[in-house]
Amino acid sequence: MAIFLTEKTKVIVQGITGSEGSKHTRRMILSGTNIVGGVTPGKGGQVVEIEGKNLPVFNSVKEAVAGTGADASVIFVPPKFAKSAVIDAIDAHLPLIVVITEGIPVHDTASFYAHSLKVGKSRIIGPNCPGLISPGKSNIGITPADITGPGSIGLVSKSGTLTYQMMYELRDIGFTTAIGIGGDPIVGTTHTDCLKAFQDDPETKAIVMIGEIGGDAEERAAAFIKEHVTKPVVGYVAGFTAPEGKTMGHAGAIVSGSSGTAEAKKVALEAAGVKVGRTPSRTAELLRAILKG
Amino acid sequence: MDLFEYQARDLFEANSIPVLKALVATTPAQAKAAAEEIGGKVVVKAQVKVGGRGKAGGVKLAENGDDAYAKAEAILGMDIKGHIVKKVMIAAAAPIESEYYLAILLDRSNRSFLVMASASGGMDIEEVAHKAPEKLAKVHVNPDEGIDEAKALEIVRRGGFGSDVEKQVADVLVTLWRTFQSSDATLVEVNPLVKTVDGRVIALDGKVTLDENAAFRHPDYEGLIDHDAADPLEALAKARDLNYVKLKGQVGVIGNGAGLVMSTLDVVAYAGERFGGVKPANFLDIGGGASAAVMADGLSIILGDKEVKSVLVNVFGGITSCDAVAKGIVQALEILGDKASKPIVVRLDGNNVLEGRAILNQANHPLIEQVDSMDGAASRAAELAAR
Repeated sequence: MAIFLTEKTKVIVQGITGSEGSKHTRRMILSGTNIVGGVTPGKGGQVVEIEGKNLPVFNSVKEAVAGTGADASVIFVPPKFAKSAVIDAIDAHLPLIVVITEGIPVHDTASFYAHSLKVGKSRIIGPNCPGLISPGKSNIGITPADITGPGSIGLVSKSGTLTYQMMYELRDIGFTTAIGIGGDPIVGTTHTDCLKAFQDDPETKAIVMIGEIGGDAEERAAAFIKEHVTKPVVGYVAGFTAPEGKTMGHAGAIVSGSSGTAEAKKVALEAAGVKVGRTPSRTAELLRAILKG
Repeated sequence: MDLFEYQARDLFEANSIPVLKALVATTPAQAKAAAEEIGGKVVVKAQVKVGGRGKAGGVKLAENGDDAYAKAEAILGMDIKGHIVKKVMIAAAAPIESEYYLAILLDRSNRSFLVMASASGGMDIEEVAHKAPEKLAKVHVNPDEGIDEAKALEIVRRGGFGSDVEKQVADVLVTLWRTFQSSDATLVEVNPLVKTVDGRVIALDGKVTLDENAAFRHPDYEGLIDHDAADPLEALAKARDLNYVKLKGQVGVIGNGAGLVMSTLDVVAYAGERFGGVKPANFLDIGGGASAAVMADGLSIILGDKEVKSVLVNVFGGITSCDAVAKGIVQALEILGDKASKPIVVRLDGNNVLEGRAILNQANHPLIEQVDSMDGAASRAAELAAR
C-alpha cells in the first residue's frame, strides 16, 4: 500500500492550460498518473490533448468532479489566483488537494486552511511543495518518477530537491510513498500527519523524516514519534549554518531569535530515539543499517 | 520584511491607530527642526531593526530643539549590536501612567493567527510569559472570522485591562487586526501600548513584519525596503532575481532547491572541520532554471566575494536537467573569462546526469573538477578552499 495516493486516484489539474500546468501534466501522465481532466475558469468546454489523452477542461472543480469522478487535484495556478483555486477544490469536497504553487501570501494559506478545517472533507498538501509520489503507482506534482521504484520506505520532507536526493540515496530499496510537504510557514499536511499515515501503512517498514529550520513542526513530530511510532525512523535536518533572521529560500525557513534552529530539532528528534544523520548520505546509511538489523 | 519603528508608526497612523506625533531625522540639524516643530519635550529614538536599543543608549529624552540636536548627534552613527544608526525618530514625549502589551502574529504551530494581550507591559514580554503567564492572554484568531468588537473586548478582559481602558484598548485591537490583515503582516506588535496621565491610549512603539509573498498586491512595499542595509552582493543578487544570502566563509555554493542548498552549506561546514574550519560563503538557489545566464550571474556574484577561495556547484536534477546545468557552467566560464579564477567543484546527479557530466568532461576546463557524491564534492571544495 501507499499513503494518500494510489494507482486508483483520479487526478485533475487546476491550471492545466497554463505553461507549468501543461508541462507537468505531460510529465505526470508519462509517470503513470491517472489524469482525468483539468480546470481553468473561463475555458470550460475545451479539450486539451496531452500525450495522446484527450483531457476535458472545466470551469470549476465541482463540474470537473461531476464530469470525471476525480478524487484529487493538483494546483499549478499563480500565487495571485491560488487561494480561490484551493477554495474551489475544498468546496467540491475533493479528498486530496496538492498545492505546488510557490509564493502564496501566508494570509491566503491561513484562510484556505481554516476553510478546509471548517468543511472537513479535504487533505491539503503544500503549498510550495513538490507533491507526492507512490512509485510504480502514481505521481502528483513535480517529483521525477525515474529516481527509484516501489519499496518499503516512507519519506516525508519539507524540501523538493532534498526529497529527490534521499530517494536517490536509497534507490536500491525503494519507497511506498515520498511526500514533500512544502517549505511555507503554514502547510496543510505536517510531518506528524505523514508519520501517522506511514505508521498505519502495513507496507512501510521504515521512515525517513527530513526537516529544516523554522517553526516547530519537527519538534512536534518528535513528540509524536515518541508516543505513537513503533517503526524505525531516521532523521535529517537542514540549516545548521543558517544565520538568525535570514530567510533561506523557503518562506518558512527562518531562525527567529533562538527558535526554529536545526540544533533544537536534532536534539528533539534524538530525544525521541530517532537517529539523525549529519549529511543526507549518512542518514541513508543509518536507515540501511537499521533495515539490515 | 521587518519595518523600522517609524514605518510601523506611519502604518498605524494610516490605519487610525492612535500614535504620537513624530518625525524622522538623518542629521542633528533635522532632529532639532523636528523637535521644534513638534514642540515641548521629545524623545530621540534610534531606528534600528534590533531589540535592546534602550539599554544601548539609543533612546534619549530631549528638553528642547538644541537638546534634541545633541542627543541625535550622540545616537546617529551608533553601533547597536552590529546595526549602525542612520536615522532617528523624534517623537512627542507623553506623560505615561501605565504600559501595556498588544500583538497579533502568525502562529505557525497552530496554522492560524494569535493575539497576545497583557495589561502588564513595559518589560520584555517573554519575561511576562515566563514569570507570570496568567497575566498574558493568548487567544487564537480564525483567519476567516477575524476580531470584532465583542471578541476584542473578551481578549482585553482576559489580558487584565481595567474597565477604565478596556473599551479604548479593544478599539485599538480591532483596528490592529484590520491593519494586520489589510497589510498582509505576519506580526504587528505594540510594545508598549500606553495610557497617558490624561487617560488616552496610545501606541508608543511598534514592530511590524510584512509577508514578502504578498508584495504583488502591495505596491507600497517597495518603498519600505531598506536598501542601505543590504549587503552589496545581496543587493546585486536581488537585482538579478537570484535567491542569495551572504555568509562568512570561503566556499561559494550554488545549488538547486532551498532544502538541498541549505543542506549543502551544512555539509561544506562539516567537511570544513577537517580543513582548518573552512565554511560556506553563501546560500544561492538557482531554482528550476539553470540557464547559462543564470549560472553566469550566480558565479559572477560568488566570485565577487573576495573571501571565496573555491566554488561548489551541487545540483540534483529534477525538472532541471544536468546537461542544461553543465552547458550553463561552461558558457558562464566563457562569459566570465579571466574573471573566473577560482576552482569549481561540480557534483551532478539526477535528470540527464550522464549527458551533463560528458559536457563538462568534453569542455576540459582547467578550473572545473567533477566529483560524483555530495559529501565527496563538499570535502574537495573545502580542501581547495583551505589551500
